[in-house]
Amino acid sequence: MPGNALRSLAGLALALWLILPLLPLAIWSVAHGWRFPALLPETWSLRAWSIALSPGSGVVQSLGTTTLIAGATTLLAALVGVPAGRALGLYRFHGKGTVVLLLLAPAILPGITVALGLHGIFLRLGLTGTIPGVVLAHLIPVLPYMVLVMAAVFANFDTDAEDQARTLGARPMQVFYHVTLPAILPGLITGALLAFLVSWSQYLLTLSIGAGKVQTLPLILFSFATSGRNDLTGAVAMIYVLPGLLAVALTARHLTGRNLALGRRTL
Amino acid sequence: MDLQLTGLTKTHPGGTLATIQGLDLTVESGRITALLGPSGAGKTTVMKLIAGLLVPDAGDITLNHRSILPLPPERRGVVMVFQNPLLFPHLTVAENVGFGLRMRGLPAAQIAPRVTAMLERTHLTGLGPRRPVELSGGQAQRVALARALVLKPDLLLLDEPLSSLDPTLREEMRTLILTLQQELAVTTLVVTHDQTEAVVLGDQIALLLEGRLAQHGPPDQVFRRPASQVVARFFGGVNFLPGTAAAGVFQTALGPLPLPEDLPAAMTHGPGLVTIRAEAVVLGPADQPGALPATVLACTFLGTQTRVRLDLNGTTLEALVPPELARGFAPGNQLGVTLPPGALWVVPA
Repeated sequence: MPGNALRSLAGLALALWLILPLLPLAIWSVAHGWRFPALLPETWSLRAWSIALSPGSGVVQSLGTTTLIAGATTLLAALVGVPAGRALGLYRFHGKGTVVLLLLAPAILPGITVALGLHGIFLRLGLTGTIPGVVLAHLIPVLPYMVLVMAAVFANFDTDAEDQARTLGARPMQVFYHVTLPAILPGLITGALLAFLVSWSQYLLTLSIGAGKVQTLPLILFSFATSGRNDLTGAVAMIYVLPGLLAVALTARHLTGRNLALGRRTL
Repeated sequence: MDLQLTGLTKTHPGGTLATIQGLDLTVESGRITALLGPSGAGKTTVMKLIAGLLVPDAGDITLNHRSILPLPPERRGVVMVFQNPLLFPHLTVAENVGFGLRMRGLPAAQIAPRVTAMLERTHLTGLGPRRPVELSGGQAQRVALARALVLKPDLLLLDEPLSSLDPTLREEMRTLILTLQQELAVTTLVVTHDQTEAVVLGDQIALLLEGRLAQHGPPDQVFRRPASQVVARFFGGVNFLPGTAAAGVFQTALGPLPLPEDLPAAMTHGPGLVTIRAEAVVLGPADQPGALPATVLACTFLGTQTRVRLDLNGTTLEALVPPELARGFAPGNQLGVTLPPGALWVVPA
């Protein structure tokens, strides 16, 4: 059918659009000298990979740091984002518009402004150069995603289901675990994925709040890229995109809009 | 398990739910009481107050003579079935029915046989492994009922149990509710805005108007012996003639009418309104002895009945008659109207 063919073509185009920019980096990571106008490297080598994966380069260690920071940020964002999204999605209250605006503010303001302003405050609080400090800073760009996704999820959630569970004998914690959580889970996974990736790719905030003591992958990647080591940049870039691709692959089935609105219609 | 509401009051400043003012109501043990009222009368508020989903401003709710107000919803022994079945979409039918038992910490081995038995009673045998999305509307409603009844509640609250079903399913569901309610002898309060639903389900009808109890009694009594003009109008009453009661008769513009024998003493003297249901008005030929002369104003065909508007010397009356009888009627026709004494009733003016 022409419709199906068109859809396959669009899928292929999308895949190419995502993968093609990565291709030169992938080739660089295994090239040993690749100069214009050669279409492919003259010699191949795994040297860049062995340097990147050696303890001395700090790449493996920063992979751990980045994962820890992104994981902690996501967890905190979920703990704040679920109740906040519930309030925004379900209830009408005084000053709701202001709250939404404040939530969006970090996305409107240039990141460098936020980072510089925050640096002064965090310095006084002794949070600069610490992982908790970086996590707190990451929450600023991450929270809007989480809260707005959860607000959309709760806008479609029927709280009668919770009342129904209560009268059937469920205690408040049981209601959350057995009724609310399963209903919001697809949205929560989507929000968590966004939160994780936004934190994962933070550069400015990590650089300013981390004060050089907290080394995440984007910082290492940038330093390699500016030092002109294309092969190392390629190898680290490959390591850098891996968790993102992995996370998307694992949660892809939850990422359709159809699942986002689980609630009123199916209950 | 008598349910008793005493002076129950709930106001919602600026809220969307209706207000309840000093409501007193008794629901007899093991029977079905229908709480009837138009939308906005506060029926759902009453139900949520009893279920513990709302906290009253004043008054008390007792179940078996003990106040349940201090108890959280999950410990009241009250189960509410919402109008929307609200099945949990991530659970199978059997898991939905077993939900309450599981929340109470019963082992799976004890839950399974009770769920199976309840599925059988609600004609859902074999549907246990299905997901809620695979069910028809009627099946979903039965699962919701099974999920409530499997808990053997002290009090069952049903919110408009028939209104979302089409006519054939309504009859089936009505029979099922009545059968199960009798078998399990569970005290039941049905909330509805539909008088037919109240009449067919309720042993007793409690009519709630504007947050207050307007009348409470068996369906037949509420229907034929309304306590006020508002109650009579709610049940479709349209004929009200002002007059004065004295010495066993009611003087009206149509002349003296006999007072019903079961009329409360307070209504046998002084001004009032005499009322007769439109379907009780008898139409005959103009020359019929003892009949009141009337002129046809208009006829409206309603399908199973025809509504005839009549003028009786300046007083307007409505009659509902079989269409065959009204077929020959035209505006201006002269008829004889008889008001059977047993169908007359008097309400306060």
